[in-house]
Amino acid sequence: MAECHPVGFQWVMEAKARGATVIHIDPRFTRTSAVADRYVPIRAGADIAFLGGVINHVLNSETYFKEYVLAYTNASTILTEDYADTEDLDGVFSGLNREDRFYDFDTWRYQGGDVRPASGDRSDPDERPHVRGRVRQASRGEAHGSGGAAASAWPETDDTLQHPRCVFQVLKRHFARYTPEVVEQICGVSQEQFAEVCRLLTENSGRDRTTAFVYSLGWTQHTTGVQCIRTAAILQLLLGNIGRPGGGIMALRGHASIQGSTDIPTLFDLLPGYLPMPHAWGNEDLDTYVRAETVQKGFWANTRSYMVSLLKAWWGDAATAENDFCYDYLPRLTGSHSTYETVLAQLDGTCKGYFLYGQNPAVGSANARMQRLGMANLDWLVVRDMVMIESATWWKDGPEIQTGEQRTEEIGTEVFFLPAAAHTEKSGSFTNTQRMLQWHHEAVEPAGDARSDLWFTYHLGRRIREKLASSVDDVDRPVLDLTWEYPLRGSLDEPDAEAVLAEINGWDAEQHPLSAYTQLTDDGSTACGCWIYCGVHADGVNQAARRKPGQQQSWVAPEWGWAWPANRRVLYNRASADPDGKPWSERKALIWWDEEKGRWVGHDVPDFIADRPPFFRPSEGATGPAAISGVDPFIMQADGKGWLFAPAGLVDGPLPTHYEPQESPFPNLLYGQQHNPVRQLLRHPENRYQPSGDQPGADVFPYVTTTYRLTEHHTGGGMSRFLPYLAELQPAFFCEVSPQLATERGLEHLGWATVVTARSAIEARVLVTERIRPLEVQGRTLHQVGLPWHWGPNGYTTGDAFNELAHLALEPNVHIQEVKAMACDIRPGRRPRGPALRELVRRYQERAGITDETGTEV
Amino acid sequence: MAAEARALDPAALAGHRDHPPRMGFFTDTSICIGCKACEVACKEWNAVPEDGLLLTGMSYDNTQGLGASTWRHVAFIEQPGADHDGLRWLMSSDVCKHCTEAACLDVCPTGALMRTEFGTVIVQDDVCNGCGYCVSACPFGVIDRRPSDGGAHKCTLCYDRLGAGLMPACAKACPTESIQFGPLDELRERAGQRVAELHDAGRSEARLYGEDPDDGVGGAGAFFLLLDQPEVYGLPPDPVVTTRELPRIWRHAGIAAASLALAAVAACVSGRR
Repeated sequence: MAECHPVGFQWVMEAKARGATVIHIDPRFTRTSAVADRYVPIRAGADIAFLGGVINHVLNSETYFKEYVLAYTNASTILTEDYADTEDLDGVFSGLNREDRFYDFDTWRYQGGDVRPASGDRSDPDERPHVRGRVRQASRGEAHGSGGAAASAWPETDDTLQHPRCVFQVLKRHFARYTPEVVEQICGVSQEQFAEVCRLLTENSGRDRTTAFVYSLGWTQHTTGVQCIRTAAILQLLLGNIGRPGGGIMALRGHASIQGSTDIPTLFDLLPGYLPMPHAWGNEDLDTYVRAETVQKGFWANTRSYMVSLLKAWWGDAATAENDFCYDYLPRLTGSHSTYETVLAQLDGTCKGYFLYGQNPAVGSANARMQRLGMANLDWLVVRDMVMIESATWWKDGPEIQTGEQRTEEIGTEVFFLPAAAHTEKSGSFTNTQRMLQWHHEAVEPAGDARSDLWFTYHLGRRIREKLASSVDDVDRPVLDLTWEYPLRGSLDEPDAEAVLAEINGWDAEQHPLSAYTQLTDDGSTACGCWIYCGVHADGVNQAARRKPGQQQSWVAPEWGWAWPANRRVLYNRASADPDGKPWSERKALIWWDEEKGRWVGHDVPDFIADRPPFFRPSEGATGPAAISGVDPFIMQADGKGWLFAPAGLVDGPLPTHYEPQESPFPNLLYGQQHNPVRQLLRHPENRYQPSGDQPGADVFPYVTTTYRLTEHHTGGGMSRFLPYLAELQPAFFCEVSPQLATERGLEHLGWATVVTARSAIEARVLVTERIRPLEVQGRTLHQVGLPWHWGPNGYTTGDAFNELAHLALEPNVHIQEVKAMACDIRPGRRPRGPALRELVRRYQERAGITDETGTEV
Repeated sequence: MAAEARALDPAALAGHRDHPPRMGFFTDTSICIGCKACEVACKEWNAVPEDGLLLTGMSYDNTQGLGASTWRHVAFIEQPGADHDGLRWLMSSDVCKHCTEAACLDVCPTGALMRTEFGTVIVQDDVCNGCGYCVSACPFGVIDRRPSDGGAHKCTLCYDRLGAGLMPACAKACPTESIQFGPLDELRERAGQRVAELHDAGRSEARLYGEDPDDGVGGAGAFFLLLDQPEVYGLPPDPVVTTRELPRIWRHAGIAAASLALAAVAACVSGRR
């Protein structure tokens, strides 16, 4: 965090000054480790084994927060008899369709109660397995943000937690084999260090104390990424650290407003506010969509209001009850269309045009070579960036021109480069990891031809609409009927960003700004561009622009910016009080039930129905918010509880399981199942996978490599490599290796090394450092190679791009690449030039016996 | 002697009347995270040029040291230590010390180097003739000449910002408040408390550097909390203002000259005989 989020890290330092213990778990010793109280080196790709070990410890030592777990989680919920765990099936769950590589979740359900509802209607619309697989791959998991759907609201429970099929007992059995010995063998973490972490975590959790987890891409960029965060969620629920001050799980994002770009998504599978993108199979009309995506209990029950209000925001008067509020104008998914499938579509010629807004796939996306080959197969490419990044210039001097595989005059892609404005040159909001929107104001107008993304998108739409104005073709109606009226400002006709914010916030039939999403209706009388952001422009005031200093308000600082939903700073904060509505302890008081006032009160905005008493119990059959009981803090979940076991929402299992990365020098010590069985594989000659574990040829790639950022640079380097003041601070691409590996492979400090995988070979200067430590894993010494991913051929400091090495094996829920743990080889000296580079890679593939089947087993 | 040294008011000695309190830096290296924001902010504000793309191999320190084009320098020291299973990574942001007794200022023949009303030392670029006397006079090796313009350059404690009531750019940019700016008296008090805190927490290696008005430069206007010997960070252990001996040297030179003259006179006198 100190390394990549130094500004945010000031609060960690402040907490440390106030007595907090900071533990840093990372494959390499970073600037964070340097100031942490404890540093734990770990093998890259072993996080679930580590956290699973802590869960096992917490369950065995009974150090979980018993009252919290019983009242607020689904620990007592009983599962159906059909559920089979990884314990029963050697590492996979029931429902695995091996042929088409997906899970049927039908056996992961709660038993009893009204099982008909959402779950019944969410059965897949098509019985053909390959179609069901494609529906799975289209990310139903990301919908709802919290996986709210498809679980019954009134399941059978056992409050003694003794029923063999209750979640608590299933959890115990599932993690029983994650012992300290296993953690040591898989992670390379000594039992003493592991015990110390367990002790610190459990001692600092409970009524009086809370512990926070902070993670970044080191957890997400794995074929098991989502499950890794799930493991932390289970642990935090067991320790009672969710919904309470000082608790939680903080995702540190890759760059500014990544939270915002999932809330108002740039993702193919989501609409604003985590509404799922409709699928071509099923979701044929608004009714079937709403039926499939609505849950029985809690605030997702109002899905129809959110969706109708969104459609009204986009299509205004054209959206009427008679035409399903223009629901049919929405595009439909036919499978996964993530950024990586888009590359495959470019290579096979289906995708012919490509917009890049501040993205540099030619060096910044996994398997950079495939990215460039895809772009070389386009009709047109539009690059909007502040500097001449590699994605705009690969056609004249990219790596494939160097190897002689491509000739500029034979590349048919028409490339447009359009200069982009910087954040100081435009107004808008950033949404941070705390879901807080902070407004930034334009300081100067952009220079020259540079324009903001808002300008570009608005004026592109305006011109297209003008061109289509006389069209009578129905296919053009969705574009022509859009509400596309925004006031323009300044000499450049910049659309008023606050007008966009006002539309996102929404208004009623009289055009009065809304103040809360509870005002949204499904009759078309309200419009709202993103239901969770409703209230950000309450009273017509830009709430995100508030900057009241901390000293002038309470410690929660509610008047700094605006956090969704409803300006709550801690989600699910009903859990900060005990079932009777009293704070668990004075020290950790956040909100509580005020009997006299008949309301929830406290420091934060209660994340609960304000006047619902703790003792309220809904009548059986109640629906929506009315069905939330006084002890259901998790109001977005179908059963109101925190999910130790996830009966729905994830495509790769209801509980996290340790699987080895797609490419690993080790077999899976825990199960016969080596990999995540439903990881997404993209088979292509340019995307060969390496053998793993005990497979022949795995020893050709004996080391583990992991990639990361340096404080001095930013992502693919577009915003740092081109700036002299930053470039001089880290002026060369390097690899970090231990003195032991340097000796083993003859690598010299400041000399050159070549790192090889089945995709490519890159060269880097060598930094030999004690900060990278060999680990003892499964009885042998493992060396890890650290490679920052900021470099590329353009800019003030240049170097090879890490992403040349990376493969495309994706996490199945969110389609993220696995670049945090791969197997590689490293050798002294510079890489070959020209055609000899590809020859070297080919020889490696041959030595390892790599075919198109390698690494693709279930 | 101590009381006398503590009373030294460099701004007043330089002729500033009713001047503001002496301002300085307290750099607490125990909370430095090595982000180098100070280096970048300094260069941005003061328009100091980039000075070379050299991968040094000295941990993450590719700046190497203070110089004409580096007015803040973050040192990175990887060393065996008790902290984390045998490894410690020290980080420390170095800067001009703005000495109470500043040799650079003493030796400057043009008056380009001057003492400001804040008690800091700055170079006036339009007066500096690039003679370089200050370069060899500085006991810390801070000030240097820039080949591109020939002039001597160093930290000004952002004199222009101070005049506008702002804090120096590096302190403003520092996310962890490792670089603290303020009246020197207050900083010294705060630093004393911080060291006591660290000692109480068992970190007996914590020490202050440059804070003592009785040291060889009369105390620095920019001082540090270090976690090891100054040499480890590339700082001289016992810096002495190089001009301190000047009066004695001149006295000796004077005596020698007088003796010579006397001898010559004596020779003449005796010759006449």
